[in-house]
Amino acid sequence: MNFFADAFAYILDPAHWAGDTGIAQRIADHLLYTGLSVGIALLIAVPLGLLIGHTGRGRSFVIGLTSAARALPTFGFLLFIVLLAGLGLAPLIAVLVVLAVPPLLAGVYAGIEAVDRQPVDAARALGMSEWQILGRVEIPLGLPLMLGGLRSATLQVIATATVAGYVAQGGLGRYLIEGLARRDYTLAVVGAVLVAALALAIDGLLAVAQKLVQPRGVSRGRARPASTRERRSSRVPAIIRTPTTEGNL
Amino acid sequence: MVWLWNNLGLVLGLAAEHARLSAIPILVGFAASIPLGWVASRFAWLRGLLLTVFGIVFTIPSLALFVVMPLLLGTRILDDLNVIVALSLYAIAMMLRGAIDGFGSVSPDVLQSATAVGFAAASRFWTVQLPLAGPVLLANLRVVSVSTVSLLSVAALIGKGGLGYLFTNGYQRAFPEEIVIGIVFTLLIAAVFDIVLVLLGRLLLPWSRRAGRAA
Amino acid sequence: MIEFRSVSKRFPDGTLAVDDFSLQIPARQVTVLVGSSGSGKTTLLRMINRMVDPTSGTIEIDGHDIAGVEPVRLRRSIGYVMQNSGLLPHRRVIDNIATVPRLTGVPRPVAHQRARELMDTVGLDRSLAERYPGQLSGGQQQRVGVARGLAVDPNILLMDEPFGAVDPIVRSDLQQEVLRLQRELAKTIVFVTHDIDEAFLLGDRVVILESGGHIVQQGTPEEILAAPVNDFVASFIGSDRGKRRLIASERRGRGDDRVLIDAGGYPVGVISAPGGKLASGSASPRSRSISNKTDQAGDA
Repeated sequence: MNFFADAFAYILDPAHWAGDTGIAQRIADHLLYTGLSVGIALLIAVPLGLLIGHTGRGRSFVIGLTSAARALPTFGFLLFIVLLAGLGLAPLIAVLVVLAVPPLLAGVYAGIEAVDRQPVDAARALGMSEWQILGRVEIPLGLPLMLGGLRSATLQVIATATVAGYVAQGGLGRYLIEGLARRDYTLAVVGAVLVAALALAIDGLLAVAQKLVQPRGVSRGRARPASTRERRSSRVPAIIRTPTTEGNL
Repeated sequence: MVWLWNNLGLVLGLAAEHARLSAIPILVGFAASIPLGWVASRFAWLRGLLLTVFGIVFTIPSLALFVVMPLLLGTRILDDLNVIVALSLYAIAMMLRGAIDGFGSVSPDVLQSATAVGFAAASRFWTVQLPLAGPVLLANLRVVSVSTVSLLSVAALIGKGGLGYLFTNGYQRAFPEEIVIGIVFTLLIAAVFDIVLVLLGRLLLPWSRRAGRAA
Repeated sequence: MIEFRSVSKRFPDGTLAVDDFSLQIPARQVTVLVGSSGSGKTTLLRMINRMVDPTSGTIEIDGHDIAGVEPVRLRRSIGYVMQNSGLLPHRRVIDNIATVPRLTGVPRPVAHQRARELMDTVGLDRSLAERYPGQLSGGQQQRVGVARGLAVDPNILLMDEPFGAVDPIVRSDLQQEVLRLQRELAKTIVFVTHDIDEAFLLGDRVVILESGGHIVQQGTPEEILAAPVNDFVASFIGSDRGKRRLIASERRGRGDDRVLIDAGGYPVGVISAPGGKLASGSASPRSRSISNKTDQAGDA
């Protein structure tokens, strides 16, 4: 427990926040890596996920991609790419984007897929165009689940950016890596505490966002009115549903 | 490939350690999530609490948890237990949602008719609820299995990563082939585990086969 | 008027849902398509608003081939009511009803005003306007669905087993609402059901379908009951079980009433028999009412 006390002392010391290798800079690095890669991944995954979810085609592709992404050891993949493409921001961001796309894609697709087909069919029969159906029915009803995918992807990226401290210059992972390398256990715990706090903070914000986008009139975790009596098991395969970050609480 | 033949002993040894260090957490995760999931599916307040607690655990990046585990357990840093406990916690966190859903998916009508027929609570659990929750549990277990096998390699940074050693070693020696071999063997272990689980599922849950693929 | 001409529909997986179907659906009447599952009745209905397009044949509305009309525009001019109402769960009742008018550009206050009037028409309390569908009962949701279908005052109203998911008492209420609405508004209603009693109750014309959309018999309820054309129809309407053959039993009710039983001996109702002579009445649809009184009976 001594190490925890030392670590907190380290964190609370303002001197450690300043400078190129200070806490502030490293948090900023970490946020940059995360924000940039998730942002780019969104540009790829959202249109693709909406298309696949709305048309229903390409379903097996999403399932296959998600399974493959889950199986791939991200650490090994990262080191492999860096070895080939060199150190630097671009290869790192590229790897993070590649890792973020599958859970994002799965989340967007799952969000649309889980929407009750009846309102969608009714909307079409009433005379909404496909775009209107997407924008007025499927996306509003699917948004909570999609944000679940975003949470999952963001966590994945934060974790990988941490591990990337092995090859990168910046980010909170550096505390962990340097601490382990120099047998400075306090430093390692500093890294652990900071990165855990960052992850929890960002996940917390996204969780709040997930609750905020829950459409009124629809009970939490479901994209259909609460009064339908039959209990329908989700059509979204378990392999896609993001564990513990989907509609809980 | 030449390197592989020359170092087959090393690779296979690492693979065995990888299998061992990931199999235990998977089993622990499964075993622990059953009672937790069952209890959580019955009591709503417990459900919220458990999901919150394990949600927090799941959110913490793995390297941080690996580093901090010796402090919490009082072990030395190179102790197997650190990695096993940390991965078990992740496995439970991943399985918990699935277990809750699985037990929740058992139709209340079926449960009521089981009681009406004369099943006591305990035997009802073992002979009705658990088997019927089986397919969902299995599907989630397969996800947990794959994720755990993959996650273990990160522990190479604290010296206990199984095949993850090939990643750091290959990187340090600027030898990408070694990394690739590490990836391939990790995938192989994940595949073997998955096949075992699928076969177990076919054996123990024969009725779910006709209902289509579980995942 | 809606006309089907040699319409066939083969789905991509090979099933022939409709095989060479031709029918004229008269305007301003209720036409019921009735049959068991697989008879193609829902497919036929959904071809009218081009939710499904035929693989061959044409469908004309008032003489125009609908294949030439843009589907979205067509659907906005036809009312559609489905089972389980299909309401948008994240929109309030009033917004659900006003959906199509808003789509066609009607300003919101006007659309909402019309929506409230429609709530009166379908027998919904106006206080429900701000609620969400999830807060309504099944019967109330269905009424909202009907109101939504009527929102642009379409000539044609398509109803796809709309009362299948509600309990019998509510279903009976809703059926009576349809009859009352039709008396007021005189729309062209195409109604799909698997329930022959519902068909006989609501239909001015009843079309009995077999698998593949084959018309086994069509006509007014009276025509079909009087002369089922083959064993399939007889079985479908219950003639073979004696359900439709009624006899006045010896058991007396109030006044001149005698208990009416079917050929199987099951009690069905009472019939007035003043002076030993059975009361008779007019079978014209126009003389149908929800009334309990037998004003049309007892011409003696």
